[in-house]
Parts: sequence; structure tokens; C-alpha cells
Amino acid sequence: MIAHAIFFYTFSIIAVVSAIMVTASKNTVHSVFFLILDFISISCLFIMIGAEFLGMIMLIVYVGAVAVLFLFVVMMLNVAQQKNQWFAGQSTSKHIPVGLIISTLIFFEIIIVIGGWKYKPEIFDINNSLANTSLSNTHSLGQILYTDYIHVFQISGMVLLVAMIGAIVLTFRQRSGVKRQSYIKQISRERVEGVEVLEVQSNKGVKIDD
Amino acid sequence: MIDIGLGHYLTLGAVIFSIGVIGIFLNRKNIIVILMSIELILLAVNINLVAFSIYLGDLAGQVFTLFILTVAAAEAAIGLAIIVVYFRNSGTIRVEEIDKLKG
Repeated sequence: MIAHAIFFYTFSIIAVVSAIMVTASKNTVHSVFFLILDFISISCLFIMIGAEFLGMIMLIVYVGAVAVLFLFVVMMLNVAQQKNQWFAGQSTSKHIPVGLIISTLIFFEIIIVIGGWKYKPEIFDINNSLANTSLSNTHSLGQILYTDYIHVFQISGMVLLVAMIGAIVLTFRQRSGVKRQSYIKQISRERVEGVEVLEVQSNKGVKIDD
Repeated sequence: MIDIGLGHYLTLGAVIFSIGVIGIFLNRKNIIVILMSIELILLAVNINLVAFSIYLGDLAGQVFTLFILTVAAAEAAIGLAIIVVYFRNSGTIRVEEIDKLKG
């Protein structure tokens, strides 16, 4: 119990501080690195609480793919030195109180909901459908993912396919002035259009490619 | 305090959600940081779902966390592609200079 508390507070403090640093750091590359740290600490929390499959998936999908994608775009667009300051300039100043008010309101609303759960825990009907504790988390997740939720699973695959095609179509562009290889044109060349026999006169030379 | 329960995880989710909302509102310079704040908000939702799933003993929460991960990855890919195209066309992705729809 003590170890659970120690690990929970360690990882959650790391997560909260790095989440603050994501929004507050001046350099965008540092923001991406703090985002990676945030994902890693949250996935450690998931593994600690018993959802080890989701923790591992989180590491693979977020740290391995999404965060590297962010990092790649930041590097490619060369906006890392674009300063990310909050409180400079007159035009930005009217957004700051609105944002602070709205986010503190959201925070206290969620806290009120949590407090309601804490002091009246019988409003949820706790039925232990996770009863089969002999199976591991991954095993039991797979057992319901491929039976009860198979349609949602396939639809999420379609979502990924559409996202992939959309990203390719959006960023694809035809460059002008690029020489391409055309096999049909190469194979269908005749001798007549490629070779020409000339009568070379002495001291005159031959003019090619007029 | 020592006894870690569901409330601790939900509070952590609420804190990270609020930080994400603050990031969206306060960041007026760089649109990539706004996308990262949206990722933070989705992460807070995932924390809530996993905590409820573990403490209430129902695996449906973890299944839906998996689907939220899918949608978040797709959203990040499409959003970054749009940002790349916009940067290629107009040369800037500063939030205060993106005002072509303003009329």
C-alpha cells in the first residue's frame, strides 16, 4: 500500500509538471519532449494500476509513433525557434483571463463530480464482471475485444485507413521539372527516332540537338 | 492520503484536463502546441476511463480507451498533415496570423 502510494505520487507529480511544461515551455521541441515524458509516466501509472496492455500500447502508439510524428513536423517546419511566449504583446492579453476562468471552472466542476462519487459511492452498481482473475489483463481484453466489440474494432481500423489516405492525399504534391522514368516510352523506342546517320564533312563538324 | 483510491486517479485526470484547456486558451503563438494540448485532454480522458475500469471491475472502459487511442492517432496524423499543407501555402503557422476565414 505504501509502495502504491509512493509510485502513484511520483508518477503523477512527474505527469502534472511535464503537462505544465508542455504548454509553458518556449521552445516547441522541448514541448514535444515533455509530452513524451508525460505519456511515459501515465503509461507507468496504467501498468501499476493493472491495465498493462493499455500501458504498453500507450508506449508504442504515443511515444513511438505520435510523439515522433510531432517531433518530425516541428523539425520539418523549422518553427522551433519561433518564440512561444504568453504574456507579450497587447493583442494576446484579452485571451488570458478568459482561458484561466474557463479552465478553473472546468477543473472545479470535475472535482465536484469526483467528490460526489467519493461521499456517495453506492450510486454506482459495482458488479464484478472482471471476475476471471486467473487470466491476464491482455488475455481477458482480447476475449471481449474480438467477440463483443468486433464491429467497433473493425470500424476503428477503417478510421485509421481513412486517416492514412487523407494524410497522403493532403500532403501529396506534383513537382514540376522532375524527370521521371517511363518504361513504356523506353521500351517502345525505335531505331529511327534514336539514331541518325550523318555525312560528316571535314573541318565542319556535326551540329547536334538543334 | 496513503490509501490510493479511485478519487486520486480522477483528480489526476481532472488536473491534466484543465492544463490542456489552459494550453489551448493561453497559447497564441504556435498551433502545434495546441494540437499537443488536445493530446493532453485525450490522455486525461483515458486516465478516467482506465481508473473506472479497474476500480469498478468492468473491462469495457479499457476497450473504449483503446478506441480513443485509435482516434487520437488518426486525429494527430490528419492535423499535422493540414498544418504542413498550410505552412507550405502561407509560410506561417502562428495562430494570430491565421485569419483567412475572418473576412
